[in-house]
Amino acid sequence: MTLTQQRKLKTILVGIASWTIALLLFFPIFWMFITSFKTELQAISVPPQLFFEPTLENFTIVQERSDYLKHAWNSVVTSFGATILALIIAIPSAYAMAFFPGKRTKDILLWMLSTKMLPAVGVLVPIYILSRDYGLLDTQLGLVIIFTLMNLPIIVWMLFSYFKDLPKEILEAARMDGASPWGEMTKVVLPLSVGGIASTGLLSIVLCWNEAFWSLNLTASEAAPLTAMIASYSSPEGLFWAKLSAASTLACAPIVVFGWFCQKQLVQGLTFGAVK
Amino acid sequence: MAYLNITELQKHYDNYHALRGINLKIQEGEFIVFVGPSGCGKSTLLRTIAGLESSTGGSIDLDGRDITELASSKRDLAMVFQSYALYPHMTVADNLSFALRLAKEDDAVIKEKVSSVSASLQLDKLLERKPKELSGGQRQRVAIGRAIVRQPKVFLFDEPLSNLDAALRVQMRLELARLHKKLGTTMIYVTHDQVEAMTLADRVVILNAGQIEQVGTPLELYRSPNSRFVAEFIGTPKMNLIKLDGLTREGDMLQLKLMDTLIDFPVARVHGPLPSNATIGIRPEHLTIVSDSGDLTGRVELIEHLGSEAYTHIRLANDQTIIVKAPARTEIKDGEMIQIRVDRDELILFNESDRVFSVVPEEANHE
Repeated sequence: MTLTQQRKLKTILVGIASWTIALLLFFPIFWMFITSFKTELQAISVPPQLFFEPTLENFTIVQERSDYLKHAWNSVVTSFGATILALIIAIPSAYAMAFFPGKRTKDILLWMLSTKMLPAVGVLVPIYILSRDYGLLDTQLGLVIIFTLMNLPIIVWMLFSYFKDLPKEILEAARMDGASPWGEMTKVVLPLSVGGIASTGLLSIVLCWNEAFWSLNLTASEAAPLTAMIASYSSPEGLFWAKLSAASTLACAPIVVFGWFCQKQLVQGLTFGAVK
Repeated sequence: MAYLNITELQKHYDNYHALRGINLKIQEGEFIVFVGPSGCGKSTLLRTIAGLESSTGGSIDLDGRDITELASSKRDLAMVFQSYALYPHMTVADNLSFALRLAKEDDAVIKEKVSSVSASLQLDKLLERKPKELSGGQRQRVAIGRAIVRQPKVFLFDEPLSNLDAALRVQMRLELARLHKKLGTTMIYVTHDQVEAMTLADRVVILNAGQIEQVGTPLELYRSPNSRFVAEFIGTPKMNLIKLDGLTREGDMLQLKLMDTLIDFPVARVHGPLPSNATIGIRPEHLTIVSDSGDLTGRVELIEHLGSEAYTHIRLANDQTIIVKAPARTEIKDGEMIQIRVDRDELILFNESDRVFSVVPEEANHE
């Protein structure tokens, strides 16, 4: 085999492998999507049907039964609210740790991350009681606070590593040019890390959007986001696969569209921030 | 009173004493070069003057004002970095005007200053470009322009030319020298390249292990170094150092015993106490290859032809190698036995603790 042939074979093999992985990952989403257009009977038929007459009935029922728009709005408010709040807290703290590290900065970072290793259920009772006492149960604010705290360690870590990669000399140049610490951050650090901040924010939004544990435990009807709505279709009367799929499709759709839209912005942001 | 006055400056890192009591007075308009081997503290000293590192003792005064504890942004100094450190998200014009905009200067004034600086550095056609669309030399000029446009009290340069290729480095060196002539502003320049130090400086500050080894004009350092460190650091190829086999005083003359030869050295050119033994230093250009009655004999080991001259490496009878700068079209061949004459006026004597105890003939002590 010649070298060119070897290279071609390698490309083909890599292609096959990546397509296989991509399809495997995509398959559940695809199945959820087509199931949402089936009747309940078609949804549980064996063997599974790939070709059928699609119906929009499930979507109508989901909107009627559980007010999709209200839950979607709750998801939007809590995800974006928590992300913005977390960024406001995380940007200065990551900035401080990246540019003015102390002797224990590394330990603090590790400690922050270690809070993510604790199973959430371990603090369920205290957090539930605290939320109850402060009147935060089943409120958007309550979820925003929990989501913020939940994602803060990851956001700080990501921003810290973005800031760390900024060449120190550029900041020193700004300092020599007469920039105050505030000017340094707003005129140099932030513009240079737009890409990093955007991708961190996007990640945080996705994490909040998909969060189910706290949403289920801390909300009932008023502030329940989409994840709580989906769960309501796995009810004591039994699983309604088609309606569950319709609810899930509706829950995924906005974030998938948002992510798709942001992808272009993100790539742009990342190349814009390129330093070297 | 000096313009920039550094007194007993200290810098300690956790376990490392980077600056050990620096005392230096710089006059207004001087071009000062800090030079020394890596880790000697030259960059730390510059960064401490800039305020990018805090000092742990001593003081810095600029133009009658104590700036030791002042933030970098308020010191009225401009710095050019080795990596240029341009703002990658700004155009050349914005890079140049950044400091002026921070200082809230009038738009019209900013525009005028930027255009005059960019014209003088041939950047006027690049104003709308981003740094990544510029070549290394152009980036360097933007970095210099960014410093000039502010009209600071002192320019600080941190190895600004070391990222450029050799030809461009020579060209930028000339431009910097011209710039200093034109602006007349005080400049402090850090480099590890002694050619840059020699060609640019009004005065060179040689640093070693966090201390100033010697301060002087380039020619002073070249002709009368005060220690073996300075003698070896300045000059290419390095100064030849040969340990004497004996040292005796005969009236007005010192007799330096060098293997089989005795070289006379006037006592008038000695200062300080006479050590029991010494090392002589002689630069390669002050040794001449002669056909007979030389002071030293040796075998040619290697000839490096540089075109304009030839560095001849010679192994002496005591197995030491020395370098002689010979004319380009030398007839000498590898392996040949040759004789060398030593230019007595240029001899430098080092005592056992590597300090110089001789002076150049002009300064000889005629009583």
